[in-house]
Amino acid sequence: MTTRTRTALGALLIVVVVLATGVYLWQAGGPSGTAAAAAPGGASITLVDQRDGGDAVSTTDPGQTDGPRTPTGLRCQRVYTAGGTTVCLRLAGIGPSFEAAVIVGGAEVKTIPLPGVPSRARVSASGKVVSWTVFVTGDSYASAGGFSTRTGYYDLRDGTLVESLETFALTVDGVAHTALDVNYWGMTFQTDDTTFYATVGTGGRRWLIKGSTSAKTAATVRQGPECPSLSPDGKHLAYKKATKWVGRWELAVEDLETGTEKVLPNTSGIDDQAAWLDDNTLAYGVPSQQTGVPGIYRVQSNGTTDPILIATAASSPVPNR
Amino acid sequence: MYIASARAGTRTRLGAVPKTVVALGVVSLLTDVSAEMITAFLPVYLLFSLNIGYVQFGLLDGLYTGATAVLRLVGGHFADRLRRPKLVAGVGYGLSAVTKLVFPAVGASALGIGGVIAADRAGKGLRTAPRDALISLSVPTDQLGTAFGVHRSMDTVGALIGPVVTFLILMNLGTAPTPIFVVSFGFALLGLIVLGFFVPERPKATASPGPAPSIRAGLALLKDVPFRRAGVVAALLGIATVSDAFVFVLVQRTTEVPLGVLPLLPLGTALTFLLFAAPLGRLADVVGRWPVFFGGHVLLLGVYLLLLAPAGGYGVAVAALIMHGLFYAATDGVLSAWTGAMIPPSLRGSGLAVVQTGQALARLVSSIGFGFLLQYAALGTAVLTAVCALAVALVAVLVVTRKETTS
Repeated sequence: MTTRTRTALGALLIVVVVLATGVYLWQAGGPSGTAAAAAPGGASITLVDQRDGGDAVSTTDPGQTDGPRTPTGLRCQRVYTAGGTTVCLRLAGIGPSFEAAVIVGGAEVKTIPLPGVPSRARVSASGKVVSWTVFVTGDSYASAGGFSTRTGYYDLRDGTLVESLETFALTVDGVAHTALDVNYWGMTFQTDDTTFYATVGTGGRRWLIKGSTSAKTAATVRQGPECPSLSPDGKHLAYKKATKWVGRWELAVEDLETGTEKVLPNTSGIDDQAAWLDDNTLAYGVPSQQTGVPGIYRVQSNGTTDPILIATAASSPVPNR
Repeated sequence: MYIASARAGTRTRLGAVPKTVVALGVVSLLTDVSAEMITAFLPVYLLFSLNIGYVQFGLLDGLYTGATAVLRLVGGHFADRLRRPKLVAGVGYGLSAVTKLVFPAVGASALGIGGVIAADRAGKGLRTAPRDALISLSVPTDQLGTAFGVHRSMDTVGALIGPVVTFLILMNLGTAPTPIFVVSFGFALLGLIVLGFFVPERPKATASPGPAPSIRAGLALLKDVPFRRAGVVAALLGIATVSDAFVFVLVQRTTEVPLGVLPLLPLGTALTFLLFAAPLGRLADVVGRWPVFFGGHVLLLGVYLLLLAPAGGYGVAVAALIMHGLFYAATDGVLSAWTGAMIPPSLRGSGLAVVQTGQALARLVSSIGFGFLLQYAALGTAVLTAVCALAVALVAVLVVTRKETTS
């Protein structure tokens, strides 16, 4: 083969590959999905519709399985709404980087750049405090089983922004703890908008913690529970709990007055911060074992019924109250 | 054919670098667009599309990094043995390209995804030494620094474009994974085509001077004092090099710039590396590779020292990132130029692989050690440990080089 034919053939192949990729992208960018009919009135839930790889925030009827979904126009990786305040964790720019948009009454009142990929979002029942958890890639690259999270919150009452709970004074089993590998995830607020629960991980162990945003302190409660979620009346705490081995959780609910815990039957596989649809009903995401695409289930918090599938290919359940 | 054209038309406007190096730079650029597209997408893919936690993933990742570092030795050895570095590099590039299409097939299995990433790393391991051998064999020894500098600079351009492409696809087509993998495969395929059709095999001579390539001959290289010294030096300094991810986290925390800036910090290092890789490579050709390589690590010590300053803000953060980028510009390509010049052409692939593997394994040890340290140490202690480790390594390296030259 002469140099000239070689060059020509190479150039031809390059054109073919570029055209083929271009045609593929053009087709992939075509109209996809159909707008669903409006959901019936009454109680509804908001979710992130992950069908066709999408991230459209939609509403649906939690009373049936895979009822029609109505897009809200928002696009988020993770979303939560309470007390008229919505927090939307969404794609923001190259990197790719992400941001938390705080929306009140349809208007964006605050946008906070995030240091990683969205994982959890929560708004206090009053709508006054919003919180988020992101995964930061890389900084525990080669450490065994290592991963790294940042949890922050924004207080709408006085504009306080805490980008990471790492700045809080943490005590582990009563002893002040300063190790650098501290990770927080899954924050939830009590009805006083100051007391919070969350998870802390350090030195390969995880604890449920209870803290105060006014005192900027947190203390471990006990080992095990992750991604806590307080019921609207503040009397129950739902969380995921590894009952058999790490990475395989079940949903459990603790009565904060009596301290009794109940593991909800047949919730194995949950990987989510559960959302309370009302004081007696929980909704949560379970990733499919095969595809990883999560489905949303609802279950009675007293553990008397088996979970019921609400939506497939959807995540981030949010009650619409 | 090649020798004749090497005299005439190989000079291009990119400095005085031969076409082969520029073509290999284009191959690396395209391949890096492909690879960095995936690197940028992987967290979204694992967490949002597949719901796999880093708990399952982190452990596998560390294991595979160590295992595939050794594949560099295999790639280097076969490049020499078959006398076809381009073919071996092509196998590596091809393997990495194919993995982009396998991703969707393994679904949400953490083990499967780990396996695909391992195959991708294996491809990178296989191709690195043969590609560097090709570069080093296409330029006169006194221009090695410039050639590697230009190559690394083009490589970094690709690394910067990749995440932008990923973002554009995510923004316009949503988070569906298939378009990302298809476009990434497209870029990888373009890289393979450029390698196949625009990079000549065995650039300099039909029979390279030097001992016949064999595993024994490769190991015998370590008997050569300057080469062994260079390998030891690279490994010693590698052990004292804190991995990039930790550096960026430490920069954010010590300077107290907003946490949201964290994802942008790697851009500072990459841009500096991109701009200074070629000039510092040329400087290494003029003043010597060892002083530039050593000076680069002194700059790294400067980065660590800057991290000791409390709450420095944006000024200190930018200064630290520029110095971090200069550290890469003064060491990454320069190491290959420095050691490449000590290795007989017939063993170029094996020799470069030995040094690079030593450095990669040393950095892995450092990364695991530093991760372990962070479990117990506070911020100041961790930075101070990094400063002390690098200072000790720099002194040790000076002692080693002095002792070896006088013995």
